[in-house]
Amino acid sequence: MTASAPASPGAAPLRLGLLGSPNSGKTTLFNALTGLRARVGNYPGVTVERREGRAQLGPTSVDVIDLPGTYSLAPVSPDEEVVLQVLHGEVPGVARPDALVLVADACTLDRSLLLVAQALRLDLPALLVVTMMDELEARGGRLDTERMSQALGIPVVGVVGHRGIGMAEVKRLLRQPHNWDRPPLPPPESSSDRAGWADSVLSVARSQRPGSHQATEALDRVVLHPVAGTVLFAAVMILFFQLIFTAATPAMDWIDGAIGSLAGAVRGALPAGFLTDLLADGVIAGVGSVVIFLPQIVLLFTVLHFLEDAGYMARAAFVVDRAMGRVGLEGRAFVSLLSSYACAVPGIMATRTVPSPTHRLVTILVSPLMTCSARLPVYALLIAAFVPSTTVAGFLGLQGLVLLGLYLLGTLAALAAAAVLSRTVGRGRGLPFYLELPPYRVPPLRLVVSQVWGAASAFLKRAGSIILVTSIVLWFLLHFPKPDLPPDLPPQDAARIELEHSFAGRLGHALEPAIAPLGFDWKIGVGLVASLAAREVIVATLAQIYAAQDEGLSLREALQRDVDPRTGEKVFDAPTVAALLVFFVFALQCMSTLAVIRRETASWRWPAFAFGYLLVLAWGASFLTHRIVHAVT
Amino acid sequence: MQTLDALVVGGRAQVVSVEATEPIRGRLLDLGFVPGTEVRLRSRAPLGDPAVYELRGSRMCLRRGEAQQIWVQRLDG
Repeated sequence: MTASAPASPGAAPLRLGLLGSPNSGKTTLFNALTGLRARVGNYPGVTVERREGRAQLGPTSVDVIDLPGTYSLAPVSPDEEVVLQVLHGEVPGVARPDALVLVADACTLDRSLLLVAQALRLDLPALLVVTMMDELEARGGRLDTERMSQALGIPVVGVVGHRGIGMAEVKRLLRQPHNWDRPPLPPPESSSDRAGWADSVLSVARSQRPGSHQATEALDRVVLHPVAGTVLFAAVMILFFQLIFTAATPAMDWIDGAIGSLAGAVRGALPAGFLTDLLADGVIAGVGSVVIFLPQIVLLFTVLHFLEDAGYMARAAFVVDRAMGRVGLEGRAFVSLLSSYACAVPGIMATRTVPSPTHRLVTILVSPLMTCSARLPVYALLIAAFVPSTTVAGFLGLQGLVLLGLYLLGTLAALAAAAVLSRTVGRGRGLPFYLELPPYRVPPLRLVVSQVWGAASAFLKRAGSIILVTSIVLWFLLHFPKPDLPPDLPPQDAARIELEHSFAGRLGHALEPAIAPLGFDWKIGVGLVASLAAREVIVATLAQIYAAQDEGLSLREALQRDVDPRTGEKVFDAPTVAALLVFFVFALQCMSTLAVIRRETASWRWPAFAFGYLLVLAWGASFLTHRIVHAVT
Repeated sequence: MQTLDALVVGGRAQVVSVEATEPIRGRLLDLGFVPGTEVRLRSRAPLGDPAVYELRGSRMCLRRGEAQQIWVQRLDG
């Protein structure tokens, strides 16, 4: 191999692929090389995360590609297929790397070298970066990188990524990949011979293998204990749930208030008219409905990545895997389902930790059934208005029991749907289940920050645009066409009449035949149309419709008194209220969730499927509920 | 000879062969379950499955289904 000339100024920078197994310290190395300026996106047509960044190396710069972590170059998952395709230059628009930076944890070299052996058979210059040299020494291990370099035939550098030790040498080498030594002979091709090759390399380079990690041994005695580990798991999950449910609320309320003030300020500053309405109620409210999710996303991903990088998430998945296996899922899906109790948007984004694409798809499709916090205002209104505040068995409040029942119904429906979907749409190739339990580590703050930033910015960019467009369309449906109204009409009456004559109002009337079997009238129909933006919007919409009808009444009282003019019976009787509650347990009325499913599955097919099957379930369950409650009351 | 899932907690064994179909076989080999490798069963999950195995410097968790496809020779009584 001849050394090529240094890249001339203006030529495209060299491209370096970072290749290593999960937990190898690859992402820490990537961050150390590129700072926090990574470009995060997806590979074309698939939802495998694509991370690239530019590293400034003195006078020159190189592009660094952080390839998804993999244990092997014989792919079994989409992530791993992408790795192989990128390495062969087969991904459209993604140029083949000019050289490889192999990343291996110093303490797991016995296994990591099996991947190195495969990588050295690719016809690319390669450099091996051995990470976590500090941990190796702390565990009494001894590794001679010089001798390892001779045994492998490629340059080897030991680093402590988050402290920057060894990074100067890595950066110096990265400038001249064409000068790197190449192995005289490729490592063996068969898996069994590779292990012998790895053992012989280590017998030359390693004078002392690392002892066990003391902290990991001590912690795992508790964490992996059948009883103590289960109790700890429950405690961590309860805390986690509490945190994403309650701690995000002040920030979300603040954003809600700020969006309202901003819309008010815009109304005050601009002349009344179509453009002002569009800006205040369409654009600002639409942006608000995107930004409102940020506190939960940031909080959830901070905790999630902290637990993941600290080594706990793998243990949590281990503890709960058997139970999840019963419904055809696996341990790693549990956390994302739990997150969906707060909100399905971050919950669905969290399914990225599930490696099997079929498990991941099924988890995404059932996430909307977990009772998210946006259903609470709807439940709260209906329960407070129509469920008597009596007690059952002396001390249990009936209202609380109904709420608990709705949560349980959603959860059981999610598990049942998972069991069915994993045997139908989720049935795929038999993938082996395996899960590495990495040693416990203090997560580098920078790593957590970069991962949270990646998730938040991806959400804002990709899902945000869909949500914004949809809210403007919904605003239009709710406010047009404008009827001619007498100018002296009180504003409340005007708002109600406008709503009734709007496209959404007409849609509500048009929907009546379809929803009448559930006991719903056109007003509930308008509410259901409006709640496509977000479930809790039905409360505001009903408030608008009822605002003028009964002056001085609260929405709760207005709902209680509303009478159907044709039959003279109450609109909200017991069967209808029960059917409406059940409808909200099942239906996917949330464009943000649809936008995120679209983003995470890279196709409109799955959001359409999720919306459809949940609508059918919602209608069917509401219909049954209406019939049953009607029969027993 | 027995399969890996039959080990007791703390028990050690040496891998003899992996009798699985592709791609499972290849992946188990690439994870380090190569003939000759020493494996120790570290713990079992609360419901008995999956289990954590120590091998080649790392801890890998497998379900019973996969562990039943790995044939081993026990190294202790």
